[in-house]
Amino acid sequence: MFFDSFSSFIQMGNHGIYVWLCYGFFSAIVAANFISPMITRHKVIKDLERQMRREQK
Amino acid sequence: MWQALSRLYYKLGSPKWFYEISGRWMPWFLIIGSVLMVLGIVWGLAFAPADYLQGNSFRIIYIHVPAAMLSQSAYIIMAVAGLVGLVWKMKMSFIVAKVIAPIGASVAIIALVTGAIWGKPTWGTYWVWDARLTSMLILMFLYFGVIAIHNAIESEEMANKAAAVLAIVGSINIPIIKYSVEWWNTLHQPATITLTSKPTMVPEMFIPLALTIIGFYCWFGFWVFARTRNEILLREHRTNWVKKLLISKVTANDSIVGDPETNNRAGE
Repeated sequence: MFFDSFSSFIQMGNHGIYVWLCYGFFSAIVAANFISPMITRHKVIKDLERQMRREQK
Repeated sequence: MWQALSRLYYKLGSPKWFYEISGRWMPWFLIIGSVLMVLGIVWGLAFAPADYLQGNSFRIIYIHVPAAMLSQSAYIIMAVAGLVGLVWKMKMSFIVAKVIAPIGASVAIIALVTGAIWGKPTWGTYWVWDARLTSMLILMFLYFGVIAIHNAIESEEMANKAAAVLAIVGSINIPIIKYSVEWWNTLHQPATITLTSKPTMVPEMFIPLALTIIGFYCWFGFWVFARTRNEILLREHRTNWVKKLLISKVTANDSIVGDPETNNRAGE
């Protein structure tokens, strides 16, 4: 471990705000990239299933 | 040799084959990518030594450089996929080119925003019209252009062709980004790592960077597969294999959620 305490890890010698802001933004975009195709897949499969059921009747 | 190539070409062009093979590869891309990213980020944030000049703000490099590299690689893949689609009229190739655009745009935004935040403690400003920064901004707008074409043009075929032409013409921007730090005397620092020479960083700083770069490329593969599979389902929903797939999904869901009584009995 490079830092000697947890608070110095958070502070990062007065650069903490920049570092954590970057990693926070990064996490948000990455999460969106994982979640967005999952939602689309769910929607596509549901729509196609409904369509198939309608055609069978 | 030639036969193997042409067989590969027909396989790649087949949505069914792509759907099956990507389904098998996706978990690996996710697992390997996530392990490498977590390792690299924890190492880079907590264990790597601070930069003697920039202090701890240099830790932003572990997401900034992977994002900047990936946003350019993704653009090249998108342009090549568009070219293949135009020349050989390959449908799958157009689908891949289309799904890369939003992913590439989001990665370019990560590179730009983390770079701007990093600029504040290092250069004293969030933004300058430096050659590297400006050409990266243009890259983001090129991605936006491809997305806009797909949204604006109703005809699938026309949109694919127009987007491919934009992607190919815009690829002139890629060497400009790469060499901007050499051609112009700009604020942005020269490349930290190159394929042809030894890294300028000590191993304790460099290894976590290599991990996050490889990990981020794995995640990118996962994202491209996930989006391409959605497009395939939508386009191929009239074919037998998609219908079979959906039916097996419906019955699988029914046996889990649809009939609580049998479920209870099974659980006893």
